[in-house]
Amino acid sequence: MKTMRLFAAILCSLILAAPALAAGDELVINGSTTVLPVMQKVAENFMAINPDIALVISGGGSGNGIKALTDGLCRIAMSSRDMKANEMELARSKGVNPVRIPVAVDALLPIVHPSNNVVQLSIEQLRGIYTGKITNWKEVGGADKKIAVISRDTSSGTYETWEEKILKQEKVLPSALLQASNGAVVQAVSKNPNAIGYIGFGYRDKSIKGLDIGKLQASPESALSGQWPIARELYIFTNGEPGGAIKKLVDYLLDPQKGQKAVQEVGFIPLPKK
Amino acid sequence: MHTQESLRESGIRWLLAGLALSSLLALFSIMLFLFVEGLPLFASYNPLDFFFGALWYPTAEPPEFGIFPLIAGSVSVTLLATAIAVPLGVLTAAYLTEIATSGVRRIVKPFIELLAALPSVVIGFFGMVVVAPFLQTIFDLNTGLNLFNAALMLAFMSVPTICSVAEDAIFAVPRALREASLALGATAWETTVKVVLPAALSGIGTAVMLGMSRAIGETMVVLMVAGGAAMLPGSVFDPVRPMPASIAAEMAEAPFRGGHYHALFATGLVLFLFTLCCNMLAHHVSEKYKQTGSSSL
Repeated sequence: MKTMRLFAAILCSLILAAPALAAGDELVINGSTTVLPVMQKVAENFMAINPDIALVISGGGSGNGIKALTDGLCRIAMSSRDMKANEMELARSKGVNPVRIPVAVDALLPIVHPSNNVVQLSIEQLRGIYTGKITNWKEVGGADKKIAVISRDTSSGTYETWEEKILKQEKVLPSALLQASNGAVVQAVSKNPNAIGYIGFGYRDKSIKGLDIGKLQASPESALSGQWPIARELYIFTNGEPGGAIKKLVDYLLDPQKGQKAVQEVGFIPLPKK
Repeated sequence: MHTQESLRESGIRWLLAGLALSSLLALFSIMLFLFVEGLPLFASYNPLDFFFGALWYPTAEPPEFGIFPLIAGSVSVTLLATAIAVPLGVLTAAYLTEIATSGVRRIVKPFIELLAALPSVVIGFFGMVVVAPFLQTIFDLNTGLNLFNAALMLAFMSVPTICSVAEDAIFAVPRALREASLALGATAWETTVKVVLPAALSGIGTAVMLGMSRAIGETMVVLMVAGGAAMLPGSVFDPVRPMPASIAAEMAEAPFRGGHYHALFATGLVLFLFTLCCNMLAHHVSEKYKQTGSSSL
């Protein structure tokens, strides 16, 4: 009985002390797995500078993040796409006023196996391949091999950008292999000499070969100048204009010497300097 | 003193009953949740188009939620996996109980059980990095991420389930049956194939159904190695998109309470009904052909 009482006392004191330990602000951040690495990188340094602000970060997808913001379950939502009209409507109806803040630029890169001798494709050729009108590499100047088309899941933000900029609302062919993440696309393309895929700029590595589009090469410059045809902005959403701890974090994220450096380190393209 | 005792007794009884009911409660609330989130789809989308539509374009305008290719993907992967896993699992079980010496058995059995302990993501990774390129070069395929690869990996995963349930069933076959068969001049092989295995059939049937429900609900492996193309497979080397893979890949990005969200829950409901059928069939088989003593053979 004595030990029970002691145990209960310890438990009570822990419960009472817990809020005291977390005296500062706690910012819950949820959303896109594309933006997640940026936020994680930023969080390390940000929390070191601001010990009174704790960042709780999880990635569940853009849709989940926006949902969490709408339900008041997080203070900041990360998203690789803009909010949909019905999501905005739902948020407004719950008294949430989402404010969109771009934090980085991502360029999509069409990729093939390193052994593939094709080095460039036009947007029309890419569209032909992804809609099933072009099925053999020899039609675009490659070897006489069937093309294995690899795409992202139709609900990913990366796919949406691809659909908007390349497919122009046409549908991707049903036999396309759908992979669940950028990493999986790299993995699949690097193991298949006949494959074509597309990934976020930050995921390119030596196991795959990036393609040029027309005469353009993917680079931070061509993405920022708007010449690279498949670039997108990555966002965070806050409820109302950021203030207090959230403002501190947003300022840190947008600072060219701090947050934007982290953006570059994890492989995305920093926002243009204003 | 006496009343206190009986009070405690009944208290414990209620506590245990409550604990036993908690899993029932969990199952019931999950079912309720699936129905509440899945059924609203049919207010705006024709159920026939949902079950038999051949196109799955959940984010197109207007969206198309035809899950027939997904059902076909799940069923074909499961059947092929079962076709591979059942002979492997059952014959392994027969070997372990009928032929292997206890020394061999003591070494082999833990390894089979270890196979069940392998995380599915590891098996998926193996399929993606090792098996897919191998299949592609051997059969000169367009892609190694396909139905066959997924079925092979799922077979790996259901072998331990099938093997251990079948082993129990074979082990439970009365000794007298084996002795009688041998005494009549049957060889060991004939005894195993014509007497022991038929006698253990109900248990083996249960093992098969449990293995199937394990395979149909498995998510990570099919997400990684099935290829993910939402189309009706024309051959075993075509990529497919089983239901769990579709739900896992799309749920995070589906707009909350939108059509796509409800469609994924409805898909989950279909999947739940499939596994429920498998489990009920397993239960039915084991009840109906239950072996009570050796007289009924």
